[in-house]
Amino acid sequence: MKEMICITCPKGCHLQVDETTLTVRGNGCPRGVVYAQNEMTDPKRTVTSTVAISGSFLARCPVRTTAPVPKGKMKELVALLKEHTLVSPVKTGDVVIKNVFGCGADVIVTRDM
Amino acid sequence: MRDLIIIGGGPAGLAAAYAAYEKGVRDILIIERDAKLGGILNQCIHNGFGLHRFGEELSGPEYAGRYIAMLKDTGVEVYSDTMVLELRPDRTVCAVSAARGYVELQAKAIVLAMGCRERTRGAISIPGKRPSGVFTAGAAQRYLNMEGWLCGKRVVILGSGDIGLIMARRMTLEGAKVLACVEVMPYSGGLNRNIVQCLHDFDIPLYLSHTVTDIRGDKRLTGVTVMKVDDRRMPIPGTEMDFDCDTLLLSVGLIPENELTRQAGITISKTNGPVVFDNMETSLPGVFACGNVVHVHDLVDFVSEEAARAGSAAADRIFGKLPGESAVSVLTGNAVSYTVPQYIRDSENEKAVSVSFRVNKVMENVTIEVQGKEKTLCSYKRAHMAPGEMEKIVIPRVLLKNETAVTVAIKE
Repeated sequence: MKEMICITCPKGCHLQVDETTLTVRGNGCPRGVVYAQNEMTDPKRTVTSTVAISGSFLARCPVRTTAPVPKGKMKELVALLKEHTLVSPVKTGDVVIKNVFGCGADVIVTRDM
Repeated sequence: MRDLIIIGGGPAGLAAAYAAYEKGVRDILIIERDAKLGGILNQCIHNGFGLHRFGEELSGPEYAGRYIAMLKDTGVEVYSDTMVLELRPDRTVCAVSAARGYVELQAKAIVLAMGCRERTRGAISIPGKRPSGVFTAGAAQRYLNMEGWLCGKRVVILGSGDIGLIMARRMTLEGAKVLACVEVMPYSGGLNRNIVQCLHDFDIPLYLSHTVTDIRGDKRLTGVTVMKVDDRRMPIPGTEMDFDCDTLLLSVGLIPENELTRQAGITISKTNGPVVFDNMETSLPGVFACGNVVHVHDLVDFVSEEAARAGSAAADRIFGKLPGESAVSVLTGNAVSYTVPQYIRDSENEKAVSVSFRVNKVMENVTIEVQGKEKTLCSYKRAHMAPGEMEKIVIPRVLLKNETAVTVAIKE
């Protein structure tokens, strides 16, 4: 039995996962099961960071991935963002990097600037 | 005379404005100290906002953006870059800005939505030298996420509140080395999910029951000493650990920002925020308060909910719908550190009233009881409770009919 805390939402359910059958207990909602099973096989995280922007009222524009990306790729992704500079105006939802690392998630702008 | 003035354009102020607009108020002014609306959400670029309110996981700026978009075309007026200097008991707001100079504006209703601010080194009296390199976590967050400055390379974080945890991850991803997160209490003050995804994910050690006892460095910080503390939070000799670091971040609590509230003579509670009725009205009729200015929340979604209540009640006041006279006091019992609201008045429209509170210790498998004069009125089971997690219960108003005071207590 592996103990873990679900990070899907701020509630933070205490989960118990069976290592062989991947049966999950302690989850408050179905997303807990998905989280625990992914965490055992292929842990992923949503990455949030900033990208340089020119011509706006601030130097940095906030961005995030539209879906979780492999946990091991987080630092690589933040390093990759340093190569990009946006030009104002940008809108929330504008795509900065499409299908990053080929993992199905886009990096999008999260503030109108 | 204006109808409604809202002091603060962060999440609380935005949601209060929207709720008042929805109820028919058309003359609404938001006064904001910063250049843009959105408040602290603008620097909270991490995700996790909006699951309750919008059913999806947004970043802070996105969450603020939703409300800013909702206010578009409503005619809600905004004075940005404007500092409120004084609130008078007759609901006059005195404010100053470069664009408009000094102005005095009176309103039929006021909503206080000033939020909170961080406790600083001075507030917790850390001994040692006074070099540069000691920041509050929120200041470092603003520098990094909005202005693009990473404030250090080798970092120790004192306090395990959510902002400190979020900054541990953020600075690590940007290339800094976070050596430790140090918490004086035997439990973390932050959300469990943040311990996992901000510390465990990056192998950052969390030292519970430890604190910083010395700060070294002449110009820039060169190191700190961390010691274990006993159950009275006194450092234990012989447990010294030295960290070579150039940065110390403080995430040691937030204090509701109530200078204006005090000036107006409004009663303050033990949350350091104003005492409020269930419709978020303060002790000064026509003045309402919501969000972190009342009590520090964990989730912005609940700030919005509380602020909508305040905005809606302000609208009622403006249209002459006054609340009932008699009020039931809400008192704190075993293990409960405070409640919001502190008073509940009669309401014809609402069948139930929600009460928020925090407990003062970590507990498993307990029952929350609402006790009346003679018996327990209602109870709620909880598998896990902790001071870092705000609790909310919904009490049917019919149960309060014959009571003058009720006590919220935890049965262990």
